[in-house]
Amino acid sequence: MSVILELTKVTKRFGGLVAVNAVDLRIETGSISSVIGPNGAGKTTIFNTITGIYKPEEGDIRFDGQTIVGMRPDRITAQGMCRTFQNIRLFHNMTVLENILVGAHTRTPSTAWGAVLRTRHFKQAEEEARQEAQRLLLYVGLPRGLGDQLARNLPYGQQRRVEIARALASKPKLILLDEPTAGMNPQETESATRLFRKLRDDLGITVVLIEHDMKVVMGISERISVIDYGQKIAEGTPAEVRKDQRVIEAYLGRHAESTTISMH
Amino acid sequence: MSAQATSTNRFLQIFSGPFGALLALLYAVGVTYVLTLDPRSLLGRLLLFSALALIYFIPQRPAVKFLLGAMLVLMVVPAIGLRNPFLLEIGFQVAVFATLALGLNVVVGFAGLLDLGYIAFFAVGAYLWAFFGSQQIWHVDEPPGTFTVYATFPFAAWWFWLFIPLGILAAAGMGIILGFPVLRLRGDYLAIVTLGFGEVIRVLANNLDKPINLTNGPQGITPIQRPPLPEFLTSPELLATLSRWAGRPINANDVYGFFFYFLGLLILGFTIIIARRLDRSKLGRSWTAIREDDVAAVAMGVPLRRTKLTAFAIGAAFSGAMGVLYAANRTFVSPETFSLTASISILVMVILGGLGSIPGVVMGAAVVTLLNIDILQSLSLQLSSLRQGPDLIPLLGIPWKELPTQLDPARYQRFFFGLLLILMMIFRPEGMVPAERARLELHEEEGEAIPDAELEGDLAPDEKLAD
Repeated sequence: MSVILELTKVTKRFGGLVAVNAVDLRIETGSISSVIGPNGAGKTTIFNTITGIYKPEEGDIRFDGQTIVGMRPDRITAQGMCRTFQNIRLFHNMTVLENILVGAHTRTPSTAWGAVLRTRHFKQAEEEARQEAQRLLLYVGLPRGLGDQLARNLPYGQQRRVEIARALASKPKLILLDEPTAGMNPQETESATRLFRKLRDDLGITVVLIEHDMKVVMGISERISVIDYGQKIAEGTPAEVRKDQRVIEAYLGRHAESTTISMH
Repeated sequence: MSAQATSTNRFLQIFSGPFGALLALLYAVGVTYVLTLDPRSLLGRLLLFSALALIYFIPQRPAVKFLLGAMLVLMVVPAIGLRNPFLLEIGFQVAVFATLALGLNVVVGFAGLLDLGYIAFFAVGAYLWAFFGSQQIWHVDEPPGTFTVYATFPFAAWWFWLFIPLGILAAAGMGIILGFPVLRLRGDYLAIVTLGFGEVIRVLANNLDKPINLTNGPQGITPIQRPPLPEFLTSPELLATLSRWAGRPINANDVYGFFFYFLGLLILGFTIIIARRLDRSKLGRSWTAIREDDVAAVAMGVPLRRTKLTAFAIGAAFSGAMGVLYAANRTFVSPETFSLTASISILVMVILGGLGSIPGVVMGAAVVTLLNIDILQSLSLQLSSLRQGPDLIPLLGIPWKELPTQLDPARYQRFFFGLLLILMMIFRPEGMVPAERARLELHEEEGEAIPDAELEGDLAPDEKLAD
C-alpha cells in the first residue's frame, strides 16, 4: 500500500523543551489511524508540525511523496491536507455556511477582480461553492436550515460537525481530527464515529485521529501510534497496542498491576 | 433597550406600503420647502440629513429608497446649492470623509487590523497631485519661502484625470509598504506601528522642503490646479440661466462647487459598490476569517500575508483617489490636514457608524463631518452674533456679551466627539447602523433564540444520507 504521509525523525523544540522527539510516523493511503498518548504527550504538537503551523527543527515530513517542511500552512492545505482543532476553532461570528465557504477557500476559483466586476465566472464560482457547502452541511449530518445560523449559537456537538464540514470543503486527501469526540455524549460519539468511517469509505479520505476515548480508538483504528513525552513508544494494530507493556506503563504508571488498558 | 428597538420599529412601520412611500416623499418635499424658504438655515440642513437617514431606514423596496435618496442628493441639494454654495461644500466633504471611512473600514472593520495612521494614504494621494499639479516641480531647487510665480504649469490641468488612478496606485503601494512590516503584529502593537507610520508621513511632508524642496514644508503647496471644466459648463448662456435661477451671479467658481460635489459623490458611489461586492466575496470572507481566528483561517488555506496586504492596499486605494480630488478642490495642501487627530476622526466615523457596516460607516462619516464643519460652527456663529447684541441670557440674567469666549461650541469639537463615543459605547456599542454580524454578536440575548426543533434536527441524520 502506498504511504500518504511520512514523518522521519521529526523533532520540535520549544526552547529547552523537546515537545516532539525524533518521531517516525507512516500513514497509509486510505487508512484510519490514531495517535494516542497521555495528556501533554505532544500529540497536538505533532499535528501542528504536520500542518505547518510549527516548523520542525529536525526531520522530514513527506505528504503525497513531496516534502512539506517549511511550507506555509495554507499551501499545505491546498496540497490536500486539512484538520480540525482540539478546542473547536470555528469562526464564531460567521454563519455556518460562511465557515464552510472559508474552508473551500483553496477550491473556489473566484478572484477579487471578478467580485468587483461581478463577472459571470465569479457568480458561477460562488454559486457552485455555496451549493457544495450546503451539500457538505447535510453530509456531516446537520439540518438544512442551519446554514444561516452564527456558528457560536450552535450546540457543541454540532460545532464539531461544522468543523469537519469546513475541513472537508478543502477537498482533502488526508484529514487530521484532533480529539473530535471530546465532550460528546455516548450517542453523539457513536454517530460521529460512523461519520469518520464514512469519510474513508465513501470519500476515500485518509483519516488520522487524536483521541482519548479508547472505545472510539480501538473500534475504528486500523493502526495506532502511541506517543509519550514526545516520543513514539509503540505502534501497531489495536490488539497489539493494547497488550504492549510500555503503553500500559505510560497510561497506568510504571507499577501498574493491570495488564490491559481498560476499555469502557 | 429591546423595548426601545421595537418602538423604533413600530415608528418605521408607518412608512411601509405605498402610503408610507408617499409619506416619505411628503417629508422630503417638506424638507425641501423649508430649505427653499431659508437656504442658509442650519435647521434645514439637519432636516435634510434626517430625511436621508429616514429614507435609509424605512421598510420600502430598495428601488423606492434609492429613488427618494437620489432625488434629494442629486436634485434638491444642487438646487438649494445654487443659492447656498455651502451646502455643496458640506456635501463634498461628507463624500470625501465617507470614502476615507469606507477605506478604513476595509482594514479595521472587515479584516480587524487596527490602523491609527490611515490618513497617511490620503496624504499620499493629496501630495501626489499637489506636487505634479502645481508649480512645485519648478520650485524644487529653491529654498522654501521664496516664491516665484510662473506663468504656466509643468503638467496641464487635464492630467488630473490621469492622476486619480495614479493616486490609487500610489496609495495602494504605500498600503503594501506599510503592510509588510506589520504582518506579524496584532492588536496594540499593530496600532502603535501604524500610528508611527501616519506620523512619519506627516513629518516627511513637513520636512521634505530641504535639501530639495518637494513639499514646501509646513507652508504647504499652492496653487494646485483644478481639472478643466468642459466648455458647455462655463458658457455665458448657462451661467446667465443659473444666475437667474439662483437670484445671484453664478460664475465659473460656483460651477466648480457643483463639479466637485458630483465628482465626490461619484467616487463615493464607486467606493460603496466595490466595498460591498468585496465584502460578499471570497476575499471578504477571508478578511472576516482572519479577524475571527487567524490560525484557523490559515489552516483552512487562507493565505495570511496576501489577505492582510490586500486589505491594506484596497483600504489605502480609496483614500488615494480622494486625496487627489481633495488637493484639487482645496488648491492647497499642507501637512496639518494629515495629523493624528484626522486619523482618529476617521476611526471615530467608522466606530460610530458601525464597525464593518457600509451604510453605518457612511452615516458615521456624515454625522461627524456635519458636527465638525457645520453644526458646531453654526452654533458658534449664532453665539457670537448674540454676543454683539444687548440681550440677556435667559434664566441667568447675564448679558450674552459677558459670556466667556472659552464657552464657544466650536472649541468643544473633541469634547463632543468624546462624549458621543462614550454614550455610543454604553448604549449602542455596535454603532448606528450595525453590521449584521456585530448586531448578532453584541445583542445575542435579544435575538430570537433558535427554535430547539431546528437545532436538534434529526439527531443522527448521517445514517439516512449514507444510503
